[in-house]
Amino acid sequence: MSLLEVHELSKVYGEGAAATPAISELTFAVEEREFVCVIGPSGCGKTTLLRCVAGLLAPTAGSVVLRGKRVARPPDEMALVFQEYNRSLFPWMTARQNVAFPLRRKRLGKQGAARAETALDEVGLGRFVDHYPWQLSGGMQQRVAIARALAYQPSVLLMDEPFASVDAQTRADLEDLILQLRQRFGVTVVFVTHDIDEAVYLGDRIVVLTRAPGRIRETVLVGLPEPRDQIETKALAEFTRLRTHVNRVIKQEAARQPASPDAQGS
Amino acid sequence: MRRVTAAAIELAMALALLAVWWIWSAGSDSFYFPPLPDILATFGDTWVFARAGSDVVPSLARLTAGFSIAVVIGIGGGILLGGSRTARGAVGPIVEFLRAIPPPALIPAGIVALGIGDVMKVFIIAMACIWPILLNAIDGVAGVETTLVETARSYGIRRRDRLRFVILPAALPQIFAGMRISLSVAIIVMVVSEMVASSNGIGFFILQSQRSFAIAEMWSGILLLGLLGYALNRGLTRIERRMLHWHRATRSSALART
Repeated sequence: MSLLEVHELSKVYGEGAAATPAISELTFAVEEREFVCVIGPSGCGKTTLLRCVAGLLAPTAGSVVLRGKRVARPPDEMALVFQEYNRSLFPWMTARQNVAFPLRRKRLGKQGAARAETALDEVGLGRFVDHYPWQLSGGMQQRVAIARALAYQPSVLLMDEPFASVDAQTRADLEDLILQLRQRFGVTVVFVTHDIDEAVYLGDRIVVLTRAPGRIRETVLVGLPEPRDQIETKALAEFTRLRTHVNRVIKQEAARQPASPDAQGS
Repeated sequence: MRRVTAAAIELAMALALLAVWWIWSAGSDSFYFPPLPDILATFGDTWVFARAGSDVVPSLARLTAGFSIAVVIGIGGGILLGGSRTARGAVGPIVEFLRAIPPPALIPAGIVALGIGDVMKVFIIAMACIWPILLNAIDGVAGVETTLVETARSYGIRRRDRLRFVILPAALPQIFAGMRISLSVAIIVMVVSEMVASSNGIGFFILQSQRSFAIAEMWSGILLLGLLGYALNRGLTRIERRMLHWHRATRSSALART
């Protein structure tokens, strides 16, 4: 049994004539400690998929099963990092308070604050625990969001295009941070992105979706050596081959005629 | 340093205006516009502290009670209604209708139903103050960033805690905007209700002075209302600044970045 199983998952927004299918009969599994990237042409329902997996959105059909238990609401073994760090951090809380807030559920008392500080230390923000989000740069804010997910000690970390709104250098730093944290804590990661390089660089496996309504077009195994390195890994012929391959598949998908006129958008 | 300068300019302007009034009214033998020194002397005799207990305290008590009730109901109602589009749609027109009624128009009805005591005045003040707070709270709650709420949900924060620690603080800037409007409305309604039906209070005192031709007393009451309104507003603004420091800072840092 896999850690996380997505079984024939479908989500249709709206009803009747206005019904818009976003994802359709998606099936895949994620093994313990695996890093799976989900990629696809824009509007293919990546975010919908992740929200269903996270238990934030009820699927129209199919199921998400975590450790043999069906996900009906956000399970406490999962943490989700959003793309919009500036809208997912609570602006009235300091970094420490932001990280400690979700720990209320775990009833840690004073330990919560200590755990929050450790997590902030892990992401390199040990000196900024009492800063408010507005006092931090975009990359640092996303680090706070990552620390918050980390402190929650999830077995599955879900990330929805987490680095799409930071600059290239910060993005590379954050990618390496995630790989490093994953190595250290053995967390399983499901990472949604629209960036092919990022998917190949980070993932053990890449799930490529079709255009809307998203189905699985192909699963690509990434056999790049560990640990990955922004320069060495990206210089490998295998990296280029994988990248070109995924790129080609996505391009074909994007050019394909939609299955039916009402199947557009998500 | 700049704050000190600003405060000095503020004070200087006020003093200059008083000086102009002083000079302009100095030789006045008009019965209706007594010289400023007379008004100030009366002000001292009347309010420090001869009638402070008999008139100022009752007025402020009514104001505080009515305003507080409005704050509690306005925020509570805003959280209840703001969270549901259906509820907003259903209640929206009713709220708009009730808000459109000029609050002093309710005083005759209030007297019939509740008599001329404090209960009636507190009720009228609360009725007048609820709407700006309620409407702003509804808007604020409805406009809370979905990502914030989903973040809290994804971390399994219970509904009650989400309301208290996420939705309420996120809506607070709007709620304060409503409270500022309500505070000035509260003072107006307090004075009117005291003029119509009362045996004490600042509004009662002003009208009573005018009717007994105690014109300097009348002016001193008006002056006191201005000072009270100013002080109350300053107090509220100060509380707002303290509670919403993050809001101002977030907005100005977002502006600086674009």
